[in-house]
Amino acid sequence: MAPRGIHARSTAETSLRKRHARARLFALFCAAVTWAGAALLMLLLYQISVNGFKWFDVQFLTSFPSRFPYKAGIKSALVGTLWLISLVAIISIPIGVATALYLEEFGKKGRLGRMVEINIANLAGVPSIVYGIIGLAVFVRGLGLERSLISGALTMSLLILPVIIIASREAIKVVPMTIRHAAFALGATRWQTAWSHVLPASFPGILTGVILALSRAIGETAPLIMIGALTYVAFLPEGPMDAFTALPIQIFNWVSRPQEEFHELAAGAIIVLLIVLLTMNATAIFIRHRAEKKRG
Amino acid sequence: MQNSTYLVTLVLMLMMGVLILITQQVYADEKLKGTVALDGSSTVFPISEAVAEEFLAFQPRVRVTVGVSGTGGGFKKFLAGETDINDASRPIKASELKTAAARSLEFLELPIAFDGLSVVINRNNDWVDYLTVVELKKIWQPGSTVKTWRDIRPEWPNQPIRLYGPGTDSGTFDYFTETINGASGASRPDYTASEDDNALVQGIRGDLNAMGYFGFAYYIANKDKLEVVPIDGGDGPVVPTAVTINNGDYSPLSRPVFIYVRNTSLERPEVRAFVNFYVDHAPQLVAEVGYIPLPADAYRRVSTRIQDRESGSTYAATPALMAPDLLVTR
Repeated sequence: MAPRGIHARSTAETSLRKRHARARLFALFCAAVTWAGAALLMLLLYQISVNGFKWFDVQFLTSFPSRFPYKAGIKSALVGTLWLISLVAIISIPIGVATALYLEEFGKKGRLGRMVEINIANLAGVPSIVYGIIGLAVFVRGLGLERSLISGALTMSLLILPVIIIASREAIKVVPMTIRHAAFALGATRWQTAWSHVLPASFPGILTGVILALSRAIGETAPLIMIGALTYVAFLPEGPMDAFTALPIQIFNWVSRPQEEFHELAAGAIIVLLIVLLTMNATAIFIRHRAEKKRG
Repeated sequence: MQNSTYLVTLVLMLMMGVLILITQQVYADEKLKGTVALDGSSTVFPISEAVAEEFLAFQPRVRVTVGVSGTGGGFKKFLAGETDINDASRPIKASELKTAAARSLEFLELPIAFDGLSVVINRNNDWVDYLTVVELKKIWQPGSTVKTWRDIRPEWPNQPIRLYGPGTDSGTFDYFTETINGASGASRPDYTASEDDNALVQGIRGDLNAMGYFGFAYYIANKDKLEVVPIDGGDGPVVPTAVTINNGDYSPLSRPVFIYVRNTSLERPEVRAFVNFYVDHAPQLVAEVGYIPLPADAYRRVSTRIQDRESGSTYAATPALMAPDLLVTR
């Protein structure tokens, strides 16, 4: 008996050691993959800043595009992007959050509900160029909105609505049932419960989703090119019906030029785009933090 | 929660406020007002952008916009009456002419610059001295059996040749295949294709056995990194330069590029001013953005066509370089 017992223990030990080794190997692999991703990002940032920062000054921000690299700037593109993203936010947030709220709090969970759910999930995976084609057919030509800011904003809103809806639903789903029960027990209506309790409780999650979605919209080029956003615009839009250009389009144009200087200008514009993005994300994190602290 | 809602609203309102402030700039009182809408070829875009930039310094209240939808995409918008001017890196096609006729849409066809196609190889390639048009066809035609440099000329090394060229959506591709292979779009498919000419530059730069072709402006911007191949079109090898393209010696791989103007748009003073400005300043601006100006006589000819409203296309049917505007000077 004894030898067998020892033998069994030693195999158990080796197998345990083996399994630990495998776990360590996997952890190592995961770490390597993570760091490889981070390193690539750093490399990208490094390259962009090396090329872009020498063009990065006030003149760059306040000039219109030009054939002379030293005179060229991103004024119309930056203002176009800010306009676009503000309009997209105004259009998509209310619709997206309202849809999520309806689906989670009011809608019946029948077959129809599931259908809607599957459709929204599928829409989130549709390539952005397809939204561009829809935008061109429906907004630019169908509704006769032409190649205006509002056409671009509506197209982009379509593109990010599924993301907002899905994120908002997830956020609403994790609000504990007890909160709703408590509200109902005190005589609150469904509307009161949803508006004053569920929505505030899910606000941080919704905000995260909204910011991620808007960040996607800000970097999209394909749908804008499809609906025919312009490349050279040397005036600023004065209203939603005006023609416009946006940062990704300006970057795309500069990158495809033959001259090295324009490639560096593109890097400069990428830096500006990144700053706008990071500012948006930071604002969101700040607001979310405050909201969470308040509740805590 | 209440506070953060206010904060979000505040941020949004601030953003809008800043926008409105920026956009409410007061412009000095100037002569002309209105809009001029251009769209079309990405090849012609840098020229139109340069002209628009200069024109705005001169007429700041005219809103000139330039889009990039490709020559074909631009013609669709142009023929639908959505744009005033179309940038085109090739003459209007028969099918597009038919659409124009069906909609009784009259237009002016104005050549404004030359673009040379350059055939390039790696800097360290020391065996290629020049290529004839026949050899180019042998390399690039559909079903080509050229796999090594030796397949082109027996004295060249027995090393695989690797080809780079623009993708099928490009006007450069259309022009090259039509001129060299005899039919627009006819090309061997097994080459590295990219719509981004800078990717082609990078590819050829890093590959000793590479050969490719793209617009002259891209060669000029990278001439210290690549070697251009002189082309023999029958009268001996010619290197593409501003001079040889301008005087027609570099043949057949140079082509005129155009703007097409709708006659009804030309009734508007701001469009008329812009088009005249375009032709008057083309010689200088074209060269500044890396293209080759037409001969001076050709620009004079183009100006008279605008004056006399000589509409319709003369380039659609004839080989580009035989067209009257350019022939008159050669």
